[in-house]
Amino acid sequence: MVKEIERTGLPVVHMCTVVPISLTVGANRIVPTVAIPHPLGNPALSPADEKELRRKLVETALKALETPVEEQTVFDS
Amino acid sequence: MSDKKLRVVHYINQFYAGIGGEEKADVPPEVREAVVGPGMALRAALGDDAEIVATVICGDSYFNEHLEEAQKAVVEMIRQYNPDVVVAGPAFNAGRYGVACGAVAKAVLDELGIPVVSGMFPENPGVDMYRKYAYIVETGNSAASMRQAIPKMAKLAVKVGRGEELGTPEEEGYMERGVRKNIFLDKRGSMRAVEMLVAKLNDQPFTTEYPMPTFDRVEPGKAIADVSKAKIALVTSGGIVPKGNPDRIESSSASKYGKYDIAGVSDLTEDTYETAHGGYDPTYANEDSDRVLPVDVLREMEAAGKIGELHRYFYTTTGNGTSVANAAKFAKEIAAELVADGVQAVILTST
Repeated sequence: MVKEIERTGLPVVHMCTVVPISLTVGANRIVPTVAIPHPLGNPALSPADEKELRRKLVETALKALETPVEEQTVFDS
Repeated sequence: MSDKKLRVVHYINQFYAGIGGEEKADVPPEVREAVVGPGMALRAALGDDAEIVATVICGDSYFNEHLEEAQKAVVEMIRQYNPDVVVAGPAFNAGRYGVACGAVAKAVLDELGIPVVSGMFPENPGVDMYRKYAYIVETGNSAASMRQAIPKMAKLAVKVGRGEELGTPEEEGYMERGVRKNIFLDKRGSMRAVEMLVAKLNDQPFTTEYPMPTFDRVEPGKAIADVSKAKIALVTSGGIVPKGNPDRIESSSASKYGKYDIAGVSDLTEDTYETAHGGYDPTYANEDSDRVLPVDVLREMEAAGKIGELHRYFYTTTGNGTSVANAAKFAKEIAAELVADGVQAVILTST
C-alpha cells in the first residue's frame, strides 16, 4: 500500500513495529513504533504519558516527511 | 549413513502449540521435549527416517517485537538437541509467523550451520526476507493446505538432513533461494541460448537458466517543505473502523477498504471506533483507536498550527492475509483520491 501511494509522488511515512517487513515491502520513510497491537500507544503508561509518547512518534513522522531521502530510511524517535 | 535416524527440532508458534490465539501472541520462547500440534502430522510423514526430538514454541508478536533476543533464545534451545535439520512452520500466509520461521532459519544456519526447511504461501513476507536461508516449500494460504504441505516438507527435511544432493527448486518443490549453481550440460551455452531464442520466437515454452531479479522499488516522494502548511492524510492497515464496522471489512483477507469522515472528530474513543483486524489482539485498539490511528494528537497539532490540515477522510483496511494484488488495488484507488483532494503527505500506520 505504501508503494502504490508513493508511486503518485506523494511522500508516505510508514509507522510500524516490524521494521524488516516495512523494508521488504518497500517503504522509504519508516518510523518504528511501540508494539504490534498498539503501535502508537502503550497501555502500561498513564493516559497523559501515553499521549505524549504518541505525540513524539507523530512528530518524528512529520519530521521524516520534511526530510529529503534518496533511499529507504529509518527515523528513530 | 541413511540408516541413521535423523534428529529434527520443530519450530511452531503459540497458536499451533495450543497455547492461544492473538491474546497469547506475546509469549516468549519455550522448548518441549515432545511432538506438538502440526508435529503430529510431521512425525507421521517422517516415518522411520527421522524423529522430532524437541519442539520450540514462541508467540508471533513476541518474536517480531524482540527479533534479536528471540532468535538468540531459540538458537540456544535448538543447539542443545543437536539436530540434523530444523523444520519451521508451516506458516501459510501468516505474516508474523512466516517472518519468525525465516528468522529462525537464518539464525540456525548462521550460528549452527544446520539446514532449515519451512513452508509458506508465496506472498508471505517471510519468503522474500528469508528465502536465502531456508528451503521454503510453497503452501496454500491457509492451514487448509496442511495436509499437502507436511509431506513435502518432511521429504525435503530428510533429504537436506542427510546432506543429499538436491535438484533444482522446481524438482524438489521449494521456492528459489537465489543460489547459483554450476553444472555440466551436454550442450554448450551458445547452443542453449540459441535454442531458447528460437523457442521464444516460435512462442514455445522455454526455461531461463538465470532469472533476472525483479526489484519493484518506488522512488521516495519528495519531502514537503513545511508541514505546518501541509494537508496530511491518515491511512492504516490496522483495521480501525467506526464502531460496528458499518462496511463489514473482513477481519482478514480483506476484499475492500473503508473511507471514513473524521471532520470534527478530535478523539477516537471506545464508544465510537474499534478495529476490524483479526490478526492482532484487538483489546488495546478497541479501548483507544488512537493507539493505531493517531487522530487525537494530529487534531491538537492542527489546532496549534504544527500541521496545515488533517485530511477530512481516513482510509482503512485489514492487512492480515490480504493479497498483495488486493492491497495494491485498494492503494491505487486511495492514492488517486488523495491526489485529487490535494493531500500533500500521508501517514500510514500498520500493526
